[in-house]
Amino acid sequence: MELDHTTLVAFSKSWGLFYLFAFFIGVIIYAFWPSNRKRFTRAKHSILERDDKPWK
Amino acid sequence: MIRQLTSSERQTAAVLLLGVTLAGLALAVLGYGNALAVHGVITAVLAGGLLFYVLSALYAPEPDEDRQSAYYDDPIKVGIGLAMAWAVFGMFMGVWVAAQLAWPDLAFDAAWSGFGRLRPTHTTGVIFGFGGNALIATSFHVVQRTSRARLAGQISPWFVLLGYNLFCIVAVTGYFMGITQSKEYAEPEWYADLWLVIVWVTYFLLYVRTIARRKEPHIYVANWYFMAFILVVAMLHIVNNLALPISFGEAKSYTVWAGVQDAMVQWWYGHNAVAFFLTAGFLGMLYYYLPVRAQRPIFSYRLSILSFWGITFFYMWAGSHHLHYTALPYWVQTLGMTFSVMLLVPSWASAGNALLTLNGAWHRVRDDATLRFMMAAAVFYGLSTFEGSFMAIRPVNSLSHYTDWTIGHVHAGALGWVALITFGSFYTLVPSLWKRERMYSAGLVEVHFWLSIAGTLIYVFAMWNSGIIQGLMWRTYTEEGTLAYSFLDSLVAMYPYYIARAFGGLLFLIGAVVGCYNIWMTVRSMPSTAARGQDLPAAPAPAVPGE
Repeated sequence: MELDHTTLVAFSKSWGLFYLFAFFIGVIIYAFWPSNRKRFTRAKHSILERDDKPWK
Repeated sequence: MIRQLTSSERQTAAVLLLGVTLAGLALAVLGYGNALAVHGVITAVLAGGLLFYVLSALYAPEPDEDRQSAYYDDPIKVGIGLAMAWAVFGMFMGVWVAAQLAWPDLAFDAAWSGFGRLRPTHTTGVIFGFGGNALIATSFHVVQRTSRARLAGQISPWFVLLGYNLFCIVAVTGYFMGITQSKEYAEPEWYADLWLVIVWVTYFLLYVRTIARRKEPHIYVANWYFMAFILVVAMLHIVNNLALPISFGEAKSYTVWAGVQDAMVQWWYGHNAVAFFLTAGFLGMLYYYLPVRAQRPIFSYRLSILSFWGITFFYMWAGSHHLHYTALPYWVQTLGMTFSVMLLVPSWASAGNALLTLNGAWHRVRDDATLRFMMAAAVFYGLSTFEGSFMAIRPVNSLSHYTDWTIGHVHAGALGWVALITFGSFYTLVPSLWKRERMYSAGLVEVHFWLSIAGTLIYVFAMWNSGIIQGLMWRTYTEEGTLAYSFLDSLVAMYPYYIARAFGGLLFLIGAVVGCYNIWMTVRSMPSTAARGQDLPAAPAPAVPGE
């Protein structure tokens, strides 16, 4: 098969779609994974703590 | 500040500065007789001056503080000062070039002060000088606080900050002399580009190593945005600036890209500079300083993750909307247009997330101009991303492209979003960094806020009007099928809007000067809170429901 402009267009139009969708689903799963909830809740509250020193 | 370094670190700094000084001298010798030599001399003088400063304190006593139990704030303080200085310079150049459009005599008939040379000093001054220093300073602050760890280096933060400013100075002085690659937002020539690669890779390594030291299990979302900014800017900068100099003794180089590929690479770079320099990094600021100032956690952490990945993966494909109706293949234009429209989803998710965080704290937005700066920034972010998606649609672009509408859109983003979120972040950061109770004058923050809002609105409305008038005049045909207006006719119609635009910019500049004065007086004359001892709650934080 010759690797020309049309081949690259076909590749990007098909696999480009697949990889973006797979990525999208992956991100949704990560964001809504039940055991991540605690971690996210902690992260968003921890920036409001007032101690201004590095932790040991 | 040099006294906070150990003597072996001072020696390393001296060796590094000696190396840069010698490199500057080498450039001066190689480029003897052309503009490259001027840049060699500038580099040697700046690095040599710093070398002198380091050597003057080389044998000062060792620092006695326990460094690992404190954050490293000195480079952040200097970064804020540099950012504000660049803001005044860059905005002044902006007002000057805007005034030149209304009154061309203000070019004073000299080569260095013509519109073509001054215009990139404005864009580089505000984007890279002001925006870049603000990003470096706030990223150093956010990564330490959210990781609960000190920066992973004593010299490298200084190398990043000062090396980056050397790049900016070389860039801007080059424009006055007519040195440019003629690539928008990537004007500096090959030697400045190579230097920036070294600086930027150091920045990336410093950031990753600091995150690797973190004591928090989860990497807070603001760091993701800053990481995307650092990583993608490295990628964009390297690919777009692949070029061969005509000799090592000349400033001039030629890009390796040719024809429409060059155009595509340039606007892949150009639009992602908007995406990752002017958006991702500043969203990092938004996700940290807005919740901290409002004392409320971000409305939805999950939404911030979803919009992060949306922004990073959609923006990559949007650049070709700068090349509608050109030799670029039609499907690539369509691809850029589609991704630009899709971008509205993650952009509005971020803007909405910020505004919903403030929901329930509107009384604080009313009373606190600092928080209002950030609220207005989120609103302008939402408006200008909507406008951008709309303008990327091909038929809309046929009206807007090459007109002042584009300039209006860029400034709605740059003034309304980038500058407002930066000032809001600085007014939050400065008192806490210098351990002052509050800013010197809340009234002056208020003055700055209203000058900025008035300036932005005047500017943007002037450019909307003039852009749409231009676009319509250029496409109006007579019954005979000829153009109804000459280009000069459209230029005459712009005159009142150019005056209004220069006035709006002037208000914004005055606001920035007021901000500089307020920050200066806060540092100089406000009493320190450190003297009052540990005024902190005994428990780290009250228990949070649902945790």
